[in-house]
Amino acid sequence: MSQLQYYLALVAGGLCAAGLALSFATPLETALLLKAFLALGFLSLLRFALPLSLWADGAIAALGAVAVLAGLAALDPAPAFFWMALIATWLFAWLFVERLAAAIRAGRATGFGMVIPLVFGVSILLFWEVVTRGAHVPQVILPPPSQVWTRLIASLPTLWADFQQTFLKAVLAGYIMGCAAGFAVAILVDRSPFLKAGLLPIGNFVSALPIIGIAPIMVMWFGFDWQSKAAVVVAMTFFPMLVNTVSGLNAASSIERDLMRTYAANYWQTLFKLRLPAAAPFIFNALKINSTLALIGAIVAEFFGTPIVGMGFRISTEVGRLNIDLVWAEIAMAAVAGSAFYGVIALVERSVTFWHPSVRGRA
Amino acid sequence: MSVTSPNNRPEPGSPAVVVAAEHLGLTFGTNDGPVHALSDVNLTINKGEFVSFIGPSGCGKTTFLRTIADLEQPTSGRLLINGMTPQQARETRAYGYVFQAPALYPWRTIEKNVALPLEIMGYSAIEQAQRIKRTMELVNLAGFEKKFPWQLSGGMQQRASIARALAFDADLLLMDEPFGALDEIVRDHLNSELLKLWAATQKTICFVTHSIPEAVYLSTKIVVMSPRPGRVTDIIESTLPLERPLDIRETPEFLAIAARVRDGLRAGHSYEDVV
Repeated sequence: MSQLQYYLALVAGGLCAAGLALSFATPLETALLLKAFLALGFLSLLRFALPLSLWADGAIAALGAVAVLAGLAALDPAPAFFWMALIATWLFAWLFVERLAAAIRAGRATGFGMVIPLVFGVSILLFWEVVTRGAHVPQVILPPPSQVWTRLIASLPTLWADFQQTFLKAVLAGYIMGCAAGFAVAILVDRSPFLKAGLLPIGNFVSALPIIGIAPIMVMWFGFDWQSKAAVVVAMTFFPMLVNTVSGLNAASSIERDLMRTYAANYWQTLFKLRLPAAAPFIFNALKINSTLALIGAIVAEFFGTPIVGMGFRISTEVGRLNIDLVWAEIAMAAVAGSAFYGVIALVERSVTFWHPSVRGRA
Repeated sequence: MSVTSPNNRPEPGSPAVVVAAEHLGLTFGTNDGPVHALSDVNLTINKGEFVSFIGPSGCGKTTFLRTIADLEQPTSGRLLINGMTPQQARETRAYGYVFQAPALYPWRTIEKNVALPLEIMGYSAIEQAQRIKRTMELVNLAGFEKKFPWQLSGGMQQRASIARALAFDADLLLMDEPFGALDEIVRDHLNSELLKLWAATQKTICFVTHSIPEAVYLSTKIVVMSPRPGRVTDIIESTLPLERPLDIRETPEFLAIAARVRDGLRAGHSYEDVV
């Protein structure tokens, strides 16, 4: 047992003991589950005499989570021992993750790698839920995740319409056009030093334009619908693609280029058989950066005039109507959509640039 | 040391000249003033010869090879490859070039790397497959076709790069310290394989090295060069038989040639300058 595990176990057990003692002030039958958890946590101090499996810690933490959630309804206002139980639950979860990580490192618990981030995520949600409800945090400041979830399920049609408007139309169209334009200009710039001198500074200039400034102008130019948002996304994604592709096209070594020259290969053969494959890691970097930039750009652009649909529109109007739970539901959807978009591109990257040292090391 | 080479392969009539350099000079302009990489180089290489270029760093041996390959442009004199200018020779794919590093493309399998020049030169798929099979066998890499370069050892990678240079059957093979980065044992092995390959393919080979035993072991002609300005100080016709087992390196004849190469290098004051 490491020092950290030792103190975690000690503090968690001690806290349970103290909480159990405090809980005797209430009638026995209230929050029975919580008291059972505290008693069990107290008994876990026996680990200093008898060996206790790491899964026992996990089970105690899970019981704590259930007990705390159940106790929320019964105990109002929440007494001190309730908060002690919450902290003890968190400590047991920490101890469990700590011991599991050690076991995985030692090769005794392979295949449980996904449990650790899962426990972490669940712990965050539990804390959020219990603190917001137990301490009566105003819904406007931070709604509990259960309320966000209920709202999300209840307004699925609205969210889906917003998703279609913002992601499937503005983001995807703008992303594809912006990346394709950046790529094409990079090829042109690479071909001609004259264009390089002229176009790179312009690309730099466009990327330096504040999105807050150009979004209203794009609305003037392209109308209220998704086209103006796609235009903002194009402006945002163009430059990262341009710069990355230009440096990627120079990534092939001089010896690899000389080889093509000895074959008397023409420009296009050299481009397709050497320079573009060598540039692939750079191009995928740009695609990944742009996947998140595009979503941010489209959402922010919708703050400046839009038809009555769209993720940015919904966030800006529902904040005004104090429907913070719906705002959180939109944020959750944007986060999931953005991560999934990024994940898909990262997966494609791994299969295309399998040869690159940064990828081939991983199995 | 005889000047004629009775041991060279019999040639019908007068030998065909592959490389002819007359008063060849190449000067790089740098910030520190001009650098004379090559100065007044006169050299004739006949068909079927194995010519080694030896000398310390900066003597212009690699530059000369690159000039033959049209990767550098001479600033004075005349250079003809098969009677053509270097550019014409490159455009007719007159030579295969093996670089210091294997320079295999990591996104292609070994067989796809060997196929690279064939794809560029527009060979049919059937012919590509035949040539890949033949050259892979020639360099003893059969069975490794589907591997990626980074899955092979350094020696195997360099053999694959030789296969790639052989695949399109150019009569001239230019090799720039191809075994320089390999250890002694692998190097010995690849040297004897290279001699077998040379005998089997009847190619003209220009081979840059800074190892005296390697130069003497491989060559029918040894060109000794020295730096500042890069120039040829001695041209030695080897009297060793064409059949060369590895232990030929202990014979007095071999050692005599090696001694002459060493004298040539010393005459250029090369090492005193460098060290």
